[in-house]
Amino acid sequence: MTATEPVVETDVPTRRISVTVNGERRVADVEPRLLLAHLLRQGLALTGTHVGCDTTNCGACTVLYDGTPVKSCTMLAVQADGHEVTTVEGLGTPSELDPVQEGFATEHGLQCGFCTPGMMLAARALLDRNPDPSEDEIRWGLSGNLCRCTGYQNIVKAVRWAAEKEAK
Amino acid sequence: MTGTVEGCAGPGFGSVPRKEDGRFVRGRGRFVDDIALPGMLHGAVLRSPYAHARIRSVDATAAESHPKVRAVITGETLAARGMAWMPTFSHDVAAVLATDKVRYQGQEVAFVVADDRYAARDALALIDVDYEPLPPVADARRSLDEGAPVIRDDIADRTDNHVFDWETGDAGATEALFARAAHVSECDLVYPRVHPAPLETCGTVADFDRISGKLTVHTTAQAPHAHRMLYARIAGIPEHHIRIIAPDIGGGFGNKVGMYPGYLCAVVGSILTGAPVKWVEDRSENLMSTSFARDFHMHGEIAADADGHILALRVSVLADHGAFNATAQPSKFPAGFFGVFTGSYDIAAAHCRVTGVYTNKAPGGVAYACSFRVTEAVYLVERLVDVLARDTGRDPAELRMANLLTPDRFPFRSATGWEYDSGDYPRALRTALDMVGYEEVRAEQKQRRVAFERTGHGPLTGVGMSVFTEAVGAGPRRLMDIMGLGMADGAELRVHPTGPAVLRLSCMSQGQGHETTFAQIVSHELGLPVDAVEVVQGDTDNTPFGLGTYGSRSTPVSGAAASVAAGKVREQARQVAAVMLEVAADDLRWDVGTGGPEGGSFSVKGVPGVSVTLREIAMAAHGGLDLPDGVEGQLAASTVYNPPNLTFPFGAYVCVVDVDPGTGEVDVRRFVAVDDCGVRINPMIVEGQIHGGLADGIGMALMELVAFDDDGNHLSASFMDYLLPTAMECPPWELAATVTPSPHHPLGAKGVGESATVGSPPAVVNAVLDAIGVRHADMPLTPAHVWRALQGRPIRPDIAIR
Repeated sequence: MTATEPVVETDVPTRRISVTVNGERRVADVEPRLLLAHLLRQGLALTGTHVGCDTTNCGACTVLYDGTPVKSCTMLAVQADGHEVTTVEGLGTPSELDPVQEGFATEHGLQCGFCTPGMMLAARALLDRNPDPSEDEIRWGLSGNLCRCTGYQNIVKAVRWAAEKEAK
Repeated sequence: MTGTVEGCAGPGFGSVPRKEDGRFVRGRGRFVDDIALPGMLHGAVLRSPYAHARIRSVDATAAESHPKVRAVITGETLAARGMAWMPTFSHDVAAVLATDKVRYQGQEVAFVVADDRYAARDALALIDVDYEPLPPVADARRSLDEGAPVIRDDIADRTDNHVFDWETGDAGATEALFARAAHVSECDLVYPRVHPAPLETCGTVADFDRISGKLTVHTTAQAPHAHRMLYARIAGIPEHHIRIIAPDIGGGFGNKVGMYPGYLCAVVGSILTGAPVKWVEDRSENLMSTSFARDFHMHGEIAADADGHILALRVSVLADHGAFNATAQPSKFPAGFFGVFTGSYDIAAAHCRVTGVYTNKAPGGVAYACSFRVTEAVYLVERLVDVLARDTGRDPAELRMANLLTPDRFPFRSATGWEYDSGDYPRALRTALDMVGYEEVRAEQKQRRVAFERTGHGPLTGVGMSVFTEAVGAGPRRLMDIMGLGMADGAELRVHPTGPAVLRLSCMSQGQGHETTFAQIVSHELGLPVDAVEVVQGDTDNTPFGLGTYGSRSTPVSGAAASVAAGKVREQARQVAAVMLEVAADDLRWDVGTGGPEGGSFSVKGVPGVSVTLREIAMAAHGGLDLPDGVEGQLAASTVYNPPNLTFPFGAYVCVVDVDPGTGEVDVRRFVAVDDCGVRINPMIVEGQIHGGLADGIGMALMELVAFDDDGNHLSASFMDYLLPTAMECPPWELAATVTPSPHHPLGAKGVGESATVGSPPAVVNAVLDAIGVRHADMPLTPAHVWRALQGRPIRPDIAIR
């Protein structure tokens, strides 16, 4: 399957890449300079991944790259060739949410929703490597993700909620 | 859903989950940059590298020849259409694209429209601008000096950088009280320039249809209807041909109230190319060129009698407005609502002068949850009270308690003419002090101070507080307008034949949960389930006119409008029910019920078992029932709510910090926040609003700063330098509520969204200065600033140190 929209026109040298996004193999012809965040958002129309800064501080673009959280604004799409990427759209299914998604809604861990996708993926990765994190571990684990609305407290609670649900 | 809140019981209210979350947690929100229209092009802005320079020429020929570039717009392009300058919200004009000079670093000079955003950025490098550098004014305190460079030589006969003088209060009465005061303390305070920095930057997709002449603008607008009027004024397109659609907005915080050049350039780009044009700024552009906040240089004096009773306040302020005066605030209030600087105290007289000046910086001033300069007012008075306590050897809690307004004084007319609606300040402060264990914290502080003096090592503990009064819900239309638009807001409610309802509003959420809470208001009034009420906002073709969301005005104004509209629907339903039941309308009794799908019901007084539900009434109102004259069929109502006064929520905050005197590093150990916003529609959402504002307070007090060097270079143009608190800098917040309803609001509810941003910075600063025993040092109290203050040499944060 190819990208829904051509990412670039043909007069610039492009490279064909194949990336498994949310379990589905996607092929796209991309300029080498294209950022992974832009491939996901414009090329593949997966607009849940957001861009909040230009210096790799905010983490709104966080996706899982072979299971590891990465800031997709600081990775070239060509670097993802042959790898697996999970975005918020692949975190749960529309009918069955990931416990992290449930936790964010239950504990009011989001307001404007702009940091939420990146925050949830960072939280997912945290719980995958540490299923029972302390409050400090959660705060440290999410310190690469800025939120302007929540003051973080309910995000911490949301991650604890997910951890407890998964422990059951 | 049923919830009970102190002071207000019934269906609807309570901590119900948010309707918004379903899409956001799935990545299915729809923000401006998610929008992709057929044939859409992309815009990028060329910005000035200089703070002040004459433009000799702009050569765009190379950019125009780029194969993917569809248009290059310069100041000349706009001047030919009469659009090179735009009106601001403060009776000034601002350059859209510079024609004569650039007046701040990062100012818009040209706009490229290209096939994709990478190409648009590439083409910026092909534009050749010939600048003649001019000396800049970077320091507001030098802006009125003899011989200072004149920034606004575009205005005829301008010979200086003076913008306005404004004063409030009674100078004579204040003078008299200062003359007989036993004690006067004074202090210079900078509330430095900061930036609201919403995580989503500003952006737009402009789509001009050449056939219909209709302009559709998808944009990050907190006030879509005001934007529509601005586009009409600036672009000359009639308002009925302009549709503004604010989709999901990734935080606004006052940054997205006004008009920005990028929006207008996208519109012109769409007109020139016939295609939709998207423009989304990056973070550095957002920090450099969009609305900053604060930048008040204040001198405050506080007079007290020998018993520590505060008699009077005297204040002068130098307000740095940047190169164009574009503060977004009610037009008769050039310093916003700074006049509420007497705060929560019983102060007999007060006087204040504010002078606004131009500097070579981006415009703005009113943003970042300031409630129109209430942040500055609260910071001033809460810092001055602490200075007075220190100078007179009193405990700051005891001094506050002795001077707070007591509940019997409301409604209270302040010395500067503001009528506070209701309050119980001593109860809030007592609650906060009890929660923090004030005596214990003071004892611990003493021990640590003794240990430090013995060993030379920390940590030092400090406790700081703030008892603030907010002023939100602008406002009464005879007093308050923006560009001539009175600050009343509409609401339209329609109950569909089968019972569910749609509520259309003029306010515009940016995360505050309006889709949920406004449905709760209708549920509360009509007994319908929260999920049976759809809330529409942000689309000017499909919502009633109003002034938008900022200044925590949604609940006070639009919330009241929603309540009134629902009340009208209920009364219309009563008339229909009277026909259905063949009784007089006065014989019917309303029962709001428990929030089930049938809604509330009308029953015949004294006749058990004879009743009709709102759902039955809705069907009948749309059906064949023969209604009497004056009773319209269907079930709908609209209203325009003109608030009689602002609402005045309040709170008491106590912060405990530990400071390492060796490094100057501050650890915020505890933060106790007692807020009173009257009736709480959704306590869960209120608490989330407060958490966010408390994080703002930590940020402003300790980290955030927009600074400039002498050449006018912006030193905080990315998140590398403009530091925002992460989860690590924020303590677990400790919240409590008291409930003192607003007597004039239909629901007893006051605004709250900005309270914590307003109230928390002085609590943090007071705590840090209390820890290190320094009378005053300016924000942000970074480790370097704290360390310098500990050495007895506090620094001025707003201009770079050489």
